[in-house]
Amino acid sequence: MSTALDDPRIVEFDVRTDEMLVNMGPQHPSTHGVLRLVLRTDGEIVSEVTPHIGYLHRCAEKIGENLTPRQWIPYTDRMDYLAAMNMNLGWSLVVEKLINHQISDKARHLRVIIAEMQRIASHLVGMGAYGLDLGTFSPFLYAFREREKILDLFEEACGARLTYSYLTPGGATADLPRGWLQKCSAFLDQFEPIIQEYHALLTTNAIFIKRTANIGNMSAEMALDYGCTGPVLRGSGVDYDLRRDGEERYTEMYDGYAFEVICQRNGHYPKDHDYPPVPQEAVLGDCWHRFYVRMLEVVQSVDIVRQAIERYSTATGDWGTPIKLTQKLPKGEAYMETECPRGQMGFYIVSDGNSIPWRARARSSCFCNLSVTHALCRGCLIADVPAIVGSLDIVMGEIDR
Amino acid sequence: MAGQSLLDRLKAKFGNKISGSNLQAIDPWIEVAPAALVEVCQYLKNDPDLQFNLLNCISGVDYFEPDPKKAAKAGFEPHTEVVYHLSSVTKKHSLVLKVMLPRWKDDQPGELPEVPSVAGVWRTADWHEREVFDLSGIKFVGHPDLRRILCPEDWEGYPLRKDYEMPLEYHGMRGR
Repeated sequence: MSTALDDPRIVEFDVRTDEMLVNMGPQHPSTHGVLRLVLRTDGEIVSEVTPHIGYLHRCAEKIGENLTPRQWIPYTDRMDYLAAMNMNLGWSLVVEKLINHQISDKARHLRVIIAEMQRIASHLVGMGAYGLDLGTFSPFLYAFREREKILDLFEEACGARLTYSYLTPGGATADLPRGWLQKCSAFLDQFEPIIQEYHALLTTNAIFIKRTANIGNMSAEMALDYGCTGPVLRGSGVDYDLRRDGEERYTEMYDGYAFEVICQRNGHYPKDHDYPPVPQEAVLGDCWHRFYVRMLEVVQSVDIVRQAIERYSTATGDWGTPIKLTQKLPKGEAYMETECPRGQMGFYIVSDGNSIPWRARARSSCFCNLSVTHALCRGCLIADVPAIVGSLDIVMGEIDR
Repeated sequence: MAGQSLLDRLKAKFGNKISGSNLQAIDPWIEVAPAALVEVCQYLKNDPDLQFNLLNCISGVDYFEPDPKKAAKAGFEPHTEVVYHLSSVTKKHSLVLKVMLPRWKDDQPGELPEVPSVAGVWRTADWHEREVFDLSGIKFVGHPDLRRILCPEDWEGYPLRKDYEMPLEYHGMRGR
């Protein structure tokens, strides 16, 4: 070891700072709900992050032990309230798996339309809120302008704008209204060119790249070890999407649909559309890549909805009558995961033969995605903490349940 | 690899530590003796043919019927289960592991049942085990930091146990 003056230990000694505990949250705007992070900082460097969760715990699992599966649907809405349709779908599928109920083709395509539209809406919030985290307000407004149109469509279909309870075990509570499909295609035609605007606002923005590229790097092994799923896992280059690799009951919904899982393979993202290039500074698994995967999934979902509209309008059968409110469940247990916008959301149902489940369990994707924060934030700057937490795109309602 | 072949393989390797199974269930499951859990999980994760590299979920299920009239025909002995849902991203298969525990350690009410922690195998288990400890009251021996995670730290009782009773009062707030 040299003892020259530029030895970092000597410089460190000269400008020595005390360790300080900084409390971020629970009401900090960039924490996406009520998340409290306790940062141990040395100057601007974060040496330790401890997340404290549970502020939004509403005992959903305990409530699930006292309600029939259809009655619990509104509670699943309130888990990931930005992707309530996907939560409804996950629970519906696991109940159908337990009672071995098959839905018609028409209901299957209806679910694909709804689930993918919800994915677009959810990723738009993720994108807009990420802009907010990094200190730019306008992308948020652009994102919400388009999300509002999706909510209008959902309102027309089921009467609610945020907590839908639309997809239920057995199908859906109602068919799509007349003229809905035309409105939906009109929205997609109008929406698709706008995605370029988002790329100009954030994806290729020089400041945005500076704030996100090569920050919060996560290797594929680390992502798997912590149980990260969804765009967070695919942002690390793992080719895994339950819509293709999941259980048969779920993948058969997407049977025959043409889509490519968004992730970097051999140094390239899919080239089916004109996507902006990956900047040189970006490293696979950093915040920028996680964001990019989400943006590309929006385009992918637009494609899937287009295909689903075509199939739905020619499919036969009914839209799926919901099961009886108090239908008896067979004795047994079932577990199933679906690909939600934020990762793999799993539901586990145990039944003792009554109409009320013995145990209802929700495996939250954000719960696992958040658990990786302390490893990602170690040694980063305080200003990068919101950038890293934001890139995981968490929703506290789902973490605390 | 799934079902019978996987069970045979585990039985050949671990013998009677694989204490039971149900391959006819909707999700076929394999029961492991608590003492051998970490060993089995290490094997499942590291074996090149199995590669269960993703721990999806850990759930605690309490089997206990508080109503003595219903308990007679409940069809199960009081016990607690810890259910591990595993899957492999590379091999694209999944597996359910179960560990059966008594409701209370040595049947002493208040003494939490113990199971070895798998947080050293998958880091996911860290928070999941804290959640199961918090809500179902199962102690994970060897866990690096076993604290409550969703409920406040001074909360009493384990809400997802079937004999749980809501506290009458918590910091001046009325309960029931």
